[in-house]
Amino acid sequence: MSLAGYAARRLLQMIPIALGVTLLVFFLIHLVPGDPARTMLGTRATPERIALLHEEWGLDEPLPVQYWRFLSRLVHGDLGASLFYSVPAGRLVMERLPVTLWLIGLGTLLSVAIAVPLATLAAAKRDRPTDHVVRAVPLVGLGFPSFWIGIMLLLAFALNSGRAFPVGGYGEGFLGHLHAMFLPALTVALAISPILIRSLRASLLEVLESDYVATARSKGLPERRVLIRHGLRNAVISMVTVLGVNIGFLVGGTLVVEQVFALPGVGQLMINSIFQRDFPVVQAVTLAFTIMVVLVYLTTDIIHAALDPRVRFD
Amino acid sequence: MTAPLLDARDLRVEFTLARGVLRAVDGASFRVAPGEALGIVGESGSGKTMALRALVRLLPRAARLVGGTVLFDGKELTALDEDGIREIRGRSIAMVFQEPMTALNPVMKVGDQIAEGPLVRLGLGRRAARLRALELMRLVGIPDPARRADAYSFELSGGLRQRVMIAIALSGNPKLLLCDEPTTALDVTIQDQILALLSSLREQLHVSVVFVSHDLAVIAQTCQHVAVMYAGQVVEYGPVDTVFREPRHPYTLSLLRSVPNVDVVRETLLTIPGSPPDLAAPPSGCRFHPRCTFAQPDCKSGEFPLRPLGESRATACIHDEACAHDVRRDPVIANG
Amino acid sequence: MASVAVSAVEAPVVAEHRGFRQRWYRTPSFVAGASILGAIVVVAILAPVVTWHDPVEQNLVNLLQGPSWSHPLGTDDLGRDIWTRLVYGARTDLRIAVLAVLFPFVLGTTAGLIAGYFGGRTDTVANWLVSVVVAFPFYVLIIALVFALGPGTRNIFIAITIVGWVSYARIVRGEVLVAKRQEYVLAAHAGGLSSARIIGRHLLPNVITQAVVFAMSDIVLVILAIVTLGYLGLGVQPPTPDWGRMIADGQTYLTTHWWLSTIPGIAIVVTALGLSLLADGIADLLRPE
Repeated sequence: MSLAGYAARRLLQMIPIALGVTLLVFFLIHLVPGDPARTMLGTRATPERIALLHEEWGLDEPLPVQYWRFLSRLVHGDLGASLFYSVPAGRLVMERLPVTLWLIGLGTLLSVAIAVPLATLAAAKRDRPTDHVVRAVPLVGLGFPSFWIGIMLLLAFALNSGRAFPVGGYGEGFLGHLHAMFLPALTVALAISPILIRSLRASLLEVLESDYVATARSKGLPERRVLIRHGLRNAVISMVTVLGVNIGFLVGGTLVVEQVFALPGVGQLMINSIFQRDFPVVQAVTLAFTIMVVLVYLTTDIIHAALDPRVRFD
Repeated sequence: MTAPLLDARDLRVEFTLARGVLRAVDGASFRVAPGEALGIVGESGSGKTMALRALVRLLPRAARLVGGTVLFDGKELTALDEDGIREIRGRSIAMVFQEPMTALNPVMKVGDQIAEGPLVRLGLGRRAARLRALELMRLVGIPDPARRADAYSFELSGGLRQRVMIAIALSGNPKLLLCDEPTTALDVTIQDQILALLSSLREQLHVSVVFVSHDLAVIAQTCQHVAVMYAGQVVEYGPVDTVFREPRHPYTLSLLRSVPNVDVVRETLLTIPGSPPDLAAPPSGCRFHPRCTFAQPDCKSGEFPLRPLGESRATACIHDEACAHDVRRDPVIANG
Repeated sequence: MASVAVSAVEAPVVAEHRGFRQRWYRTPSFVAGASILGAIVVVAILAPVVTWHDPVEQNLVNLLQGPSWSHPLGTDDLGRDIWTRLVYGARTDLRIAVLAVLFPFVLGTTAGLIAGYFGGRTDTVANWLVSVVVAFPFYVLIIALVFALGPGTRNIFIAITIVGWVSYARIVRGEVLVAKRQEYVLAAHAGGLSSARIIGRHLLPNVITQAVVFAMSDIVLVILAIVTLGYLGLGVQPPTPDWGRMIADGQTYLTTHWWLSTIPGIAIVVTALGLSLLADGIADLLRPE
């Protein structure tokens, strides 16, 4: 089966899940205790406004009808209007998206740049001091909350003596963005790399004991080539999968990191909207994040199939 | 015999496991002449695979070569450091593994795997290495090499995969091929083809072969000399015809006798009543004595190294005459 | 006949756990983890004994003091003793964490058992539910749920339970799929035992091991979620002390009083380390020899 055929098949499998996601997002409003319209409006509540929201959200109609309205508007890209800004919620999300995408992209890149060399080093020097040090990293590192990592990085590199990086904000121009996003992206990367290091090291060790690595060694190839061309080349496949599976945490991590560094991204939008009780925006952001993550799952699956031809023939 | 190409003496390989130290190979000696095939035969657990791998020190992580000498083409291999032995691998001595499905890199095209040796070890350019790979594929009888070279290992049949393995082994122009049960995982009909291929390659390229197997008929068919291994030791050595017609070690005799019918021998794994000894705590004296029908009180203690019995014959048994007498009386129908 | 089948069936479970009692003190990760965690738990339980200030009472005369005999770690921006808040924060966070692992554990294990054992449509529906929940980024869904439900400790449980049950369900379902083909289950079936009994008495003890191992590492995740919610202002509400909240409060004073944010973070890291070591230790011990 070709790569395109495999991709199409995966997309099809996503449909029932996508529907389920919309269902869950739809139900969020019904979890709100009491009258959702009144709760959302809070101090701004007046009988007219409440009635207006009931009308707009169809809160008095039977549930299936409400869901249908929600779904049909969704398909047209209409996520409702922000209660706070009187602007379509979808537009707010799109405006903030680039910042978050920067964070996710740069963060992923950095995490791979950290994890691959460390894991390879540990596997090459198995059971020696270097290995023990690298193995300690996931053990201790998984306990670091991502926001705390960010604050510590701020302390070290952006404040007081080390003023190498800005304390917050997005910066101007490509280089400006890169400079401003470096510490936040590093935070995201450090938060997720312990998992990557641990799994890549384990899978590399397993691969190095396999028969085809023995064949490679029997050719008398230099150990470095065996390690990289035969060992790593097979082990990264599982790392791509691990990265994909954990992308949910990575994306969630960006949400918190945006708060630490005051980045005007989608995550900050969500937090602000929560405090402003701006339900449509929260709903829109939840959906946006989920779509991003699902797309990443699909992409990693496809990359996996590209790297490992066996998968396509499933 | 002309000067042997390979002369291995008294090899010892130790395994460090959680429950203790195990001597997988505890005194194995054998020789291979240029251009000839040596068979190493024994039950599973006899140490034959470890002895083979020990020659080029391609042992599992938990194992170590702890004794013996390996003289190859005038060089003492055990004295070489890691870089030295790596130089030998692929170029002078190559290996063919048992299970081609797992012994080939699943994400690398087979053509690239064959070309890798010439590319990296022989210093050929990419195009030259590719041509060499195609040439090798033709040599081992892979039809339509240009198309097959771009295939992945899982797309090929078992027989083709094993041919690829052989092509890889030959890619460095080695003088010695070490084959670890290369046909065990294959269909009976394919087995014949591969064995025929190996024999013809041996003659064509004048390359020596060490052939490890549990299968007596295969050894009889392809090898000139045979070494019989039991519990980590070589217990008998000699020309294949002589050893199989007139074995001079009770273990060899029981191996031959345990084969019900020579024609179906390839389909059954050999077994002998009783069980092979625990290599972490082997029996004292001759290791076979608990299962031996000719055992005498003086077999129960002492060391029993290989004893030469003439030109190229050796046995570890001190009562080999009783054994030979028994065979003359009741011959095994050996595959002559 | 049925009783013979039952006793033969119970054999596999016992064999696995016999080694636990003899080996626990020889497993370094278990000992280290238990010591660290034990120390923290003891301090938290003895909070009224080891602290001498009120964790909540503000003292606006004493703002942002450095370390002293009365305040070993100084005071925060509302004059509260940091050491006291640290210890009471441990109480809060640990207590919530344990419960926030327990509920998903029970819910998820039950779901996994049912889906795995009965298969068919039940299984398909369960899988679909799991896939849908898993599609959401972990924190995003929790935060959205906390938003919808409103702040407060009880809603933290609910949110984490709704999101967290899936991992347990997946693990247990996987184990059940393997286990239900084993001979002892087939024997129980043949002996005419009811589904409930088979699930409860025979499958459950054998499949639960993996879920328990996972629960240990799940606690770390849950603690991180609780303090993250606290940092964002969506978790434990002030004035109840919470490590995440403390870090957030301290961020304003990062240039001058950097320890306000650093110290609670170290507490989190150490606690998580103890839990991780303990998790590794238990995983080692529960693995059959």
